[in-house]
Amino acid sequence: MAKTTENELESVVIRFAGDSGDGMQLTGTQFSNTTALFGNDIATFPDFPAEIRAPIGTLAGVSGYQIHFGSKKINTPGDLSDVLVVMNVAALKANIKGLRKGGVIIANSDGFDSKNMRLANVPEDKNPLTDGSLSEYDVKTIDVTKITRAALADSGMGTKEIDRCKNMFVLGLIYWMYHRDMQSSIDFITSKFSKNQAVMNANIKVLQAGWSYGETTEMFANRYNVAPAQMETGIYRSIMGNQAAAYGLIAASVKCGLPLFYGTYPITPASDILHELSKYKNFDIKTFQAEDEIAAICSSIGAAFGGSLAITGSSGPGIALKGEAIGLATMLEMPLVIVNVQRAGPSTGMPTKTEQADLMQAMYGRNGECPVVILAAQSPSDCFTMAYEACRIALQHMIPVFFLSDGYIANGAEPWKFPQSKDLPEIKVSFAPQRAADDPKFMPYLRDEKLSRPWAIPGTKGLEHRIGGLEKQNETGNISYDGDNHELMTHLRQEKVDTVANNIPLQTIDTGAETGDLLILGWGGTYGALKTATTILRGEGLNVSHAHVRYINPFPKNLGDILRNFKTVVVPELNNGQLVKIIRDKYFVDAIPYNKIQGQPFMSDEVVRKIKEILA
Amino acid sequence: MNEIAAKLTSKDFASDQEVRWCPGCGDYSILKQVQTVLPDLGRPREEFVFISGIGCSSRFPYYMDTFGMHSIHGRATAIATGLKATRPDLSVWIITGDGDSMSIGGNHFIHLLRRNPDVNVLLFNNQIYGLTKGQYSPTSEQGKVTKSSPMGSVDYPFNPIALCLGADATFVARTMDRDPKHQQAIIKRGHDHKGTSLVEIYQNCNVFNDGAYEIYTEKSSKKEETLMMEHGKPLIFGENNDKGIKLDGFKPVIVSLNDVSVDDLWVHDETDLVKATIISRFYDDPGKENHFPRPFGVFYVNNNKRTFDDLFNEQITEAKETKGPGELNQLLAGRETWVVN
Ligand SMILES: Cc1ncc(C[n+]2csc(CCOP(=O)(O)OP(=O)(O)O)c2C)c(N)n1
Ligand code: SF4
Ligand SMILES: [Mg+2]
Repeated sequence: MAKTTENELESVVIRFAGDSGDGMQLTGTQFSNTTALFGNDIATFPDFPAEIRAPIGTLAGVSGYQIHFGSKKINTPGDLSDVLVVMNVAALKANIKGLRKGGVIIANSDGFDSKNMRLANVPEDKNPLTDGSLSEYDVKTIDVTKITRAALADSGMGTKEIDRCKNMFVLGLIYWMYHRDMQSSIDFITSKFSKNQAVMNANIKVLQAGWSYGETTEMFANRYNVAPAQMETGIYRSIMGNQAAAYGLIAASVKCGLPLFYGTYPITPASDILHELSKYKNFDIKTFQAEDEIAAICSSIGAAFGGSLAITGSSGPGIALKGEAIGLATMLEMPLVIVNVQRAGPSTGMPTKTEQADLMQAMYGRNGECPVVILAAQSPSDCFTMAYEACRIALQHMIPVFFLSDGYIANGAEPWKFPQSKDLPEIKVSFAPQRAADDPKFMPYLRDEKLSRPWAIPGTKGLEHRIGGLEKQNETGNISYDGDNHELMTHLRQEKVDTVANNIPLQTIDTGAETGDLLILGWGGTYGALKTATTILRGEGLNVSHAHVRYINPFPKNLGDILRNFKTVVVPELNNGQLVKIIRDKYFVDAIPYNKIQGQPFMSDEVVRKIKEILA
Repeated sequence: MNEIAAKLTSKDFASDQEVRWCPGCGDYSILKQVQTVLPDLGRPREEFVFISGIGCSSRFPYYMDTFGMHSIHGRATAIATGLKATRPDLSVWIITGDGDSMSIGGNHFIHLLRRNPDVNVLLFNNQIYGLTKGQYSPTSEQGKVTKSSPMGSVDYPFNPIALCLGADATFVARTMDRDPKHQQAIIKRGHDHKGTSLVEIYQNCNVFNDGAYEIYTEKSSKKEETLMMEHGKPLIFGENNDKGIKLDGFKPVIVSLNDVSVDDLWVHDETDLVKATIISRFYDDPGKENHFPRPFGVFYVNNNKRTFDDLFNEQITEAKETKGPGELNQLLAGRETWVVN
């Protein structure tokens, strides 16, 4: 056995990168799950191309998965990686600038042959493995392809099939390096390939070959231990954002006692919510894949009319199509949750990249005065809480509610101290009761103290009534073109949203003091990066705090007071300045925008630099 | 018929809202026939839901004392699909116009028919955009002069019946505003069909497209220009019931009953898709020489295609039976957990 030195580390960042066909997402997910199970805190960042199989070997086809894990609190997937696993030269070229100096490169040498060099546009004489350009790094070159083929020589499988197991070699090797138990991955492989014994065995064999390679060759002088994190006590699991959102919706359905209807049309990065929900039909979860997003939201409106907990979900382009129907739901004063897992850019933009540029769309993107409630999740597990909250508010206030997520948290994973059903807030729903023939006429727009109207579902005797998109008289719901009434109804629809402020938690400061020199005010998926940056800045003695808004329309009642307790307010966003406009408009605070629009999350480091610049 | 339904009359289905269509509009007749038919359907009033899009025709639900939704342009079909999927116990009706269903709502329209939920569609075809004051519609004839087509429309019209058959509709029929008895019979049959029933109603817009169907509705020409289809009966028409349709292979021909025996005529079979497809193509301009008469009645019925709402809910039932009812705590915990002490 080779002699190795054991090292203790507080945290590590590993990036797996390869061709989209190399199975890097699976490798990353497996490593994340195992690591979370081991008890480390983790944050992950899958970063993949929009094309399912982009041209093999090219830069465009590189798919990456970054995981940051540690024995301390982990808020982000890490700015720079410590270890970079690359399956080909394109993956190296695309990711080398994200590796810290002195970091480890594990390179599959077969992916650096002349064909791969050509595909990645690297000149023949500039092979980075041999030309000395990587001298600042610790490079481990392994012919993964060759070893995998040798390991499976008598498996009876074809070369193509064999080569598909390469990622398991890498996974096994990394497991060895970090002392991880392989059982969870073996169980996963066993269940995934339960119908194909040969492939199952091959994957397990190559996984073990990777481990043995670390153990027996002398290439790796170091192994690392990253102790379990000191987290709040409790039972944890690993969760991804879209999965958490789906669970939040299901939990709301269970707690309110209504069947859930999810009308949608597939779109990246929202589709996984559909995939997840459609597994749970036994929870009375009804998913409907409509012919387009307009039909998707309209079918949900129909389901809401009938008394279901109705949800529709999409990403920006689909939300644009839903606009008119969101207006209808607003006029109908119907409970409806609209999920937007945001992606980058207008039109088709960059489907697999993240951005927070649909806030104004949610806030104002409809004809007429059409206010809706807006909530935004701040991390993968927070998608659970905020999706649940969106349902609660929609049902309690008879109002459409936007739930905003983004590609970054939707696909990211983290440990989650999951709640028990009994700990979730109650959601009480009651339908309007039936009426006798001699009762006074039913008034569909008679309001309660929250200004919400009765939910009168078809099939209830004596409640026959008509609703629609035309302006209606308050209380009776009859069509009305009266100017004063329209103004009244417009104000009422706004007040309904404002009233929600009485039913949400107050804003808190996440990190730092209640007053100070500078407040970093964020929303959505930037939470981890901003929190880390704030911790660093405070560590350097700067009087900086961080607050993150999850309830955006309406804002928590105390947000204005919080803002006024700081000399400077900075609003970092992955857009061209959206929350900052609303903040300025609403509170007359001279908030400073800080924007990044590259389809990539913030690095904590760049936030730290920016804040220092502002404070200087 | 149950007791509650027996007590209902057409008046019970009239809401207190003033009907606001132009005097003389064909929509009045449709409203009247629906209100006449509903008491006979054996259902309590609260189980009826009328969902419409936008257009003159789509004001319909306001005039019915049932549950109703006047939604947005072209989308009633999608809203009704969501409602019926989740509330299969309701009798769901879609009210739509030619523009509402075949322009802006064309996509949802064909997908509704393809999925086949158990809902009833009443398609008010006036071959014009009524509510927006008279532009040509997707069923307007080519060359139609309207405000938006002063030199005549260059668009070819849809043949709605052929379109519906192409989308695999399971009940396709045509009737007209001026024939109350026929209308009532067809609407009732549409309701009784399990699956989506599509009833195209020729409706006169006397303001923007007056007389579009005169040739089929006026006594003087009706017998000559229309073909009233009845299941199991030969296809006969003409002023003196002296003409018939005969199939020459797959080619329909008009014959005179002076030359051809009734026994040799095409006998209408609602369940025959091939024949329905041929007869749906009797869509000639009545000005054309040797044109076919325009068919009315039920073109096609398919009782063998399961409904969307049945299939959709069957999966829910099956999942509950095989997996047992969902357990939230188990779902949240997932398969792999760890404990931090
Ligand atoms: C999104 C949208 N686009 C356009 C309109 C305007 N509009 C209202 S009704 C209509 C056409 C209606 O024609 P049809 O469906 O044939 O109904 P009819 O009035 O003839 O009964 C149009 C274009 C609208 N209400 N909504
Ligand atoms: S415009 Fe035409 S369709 Fe509309 S109500 Fe008047 S007559 Fe009827
Ligand atoms: Mg029309």
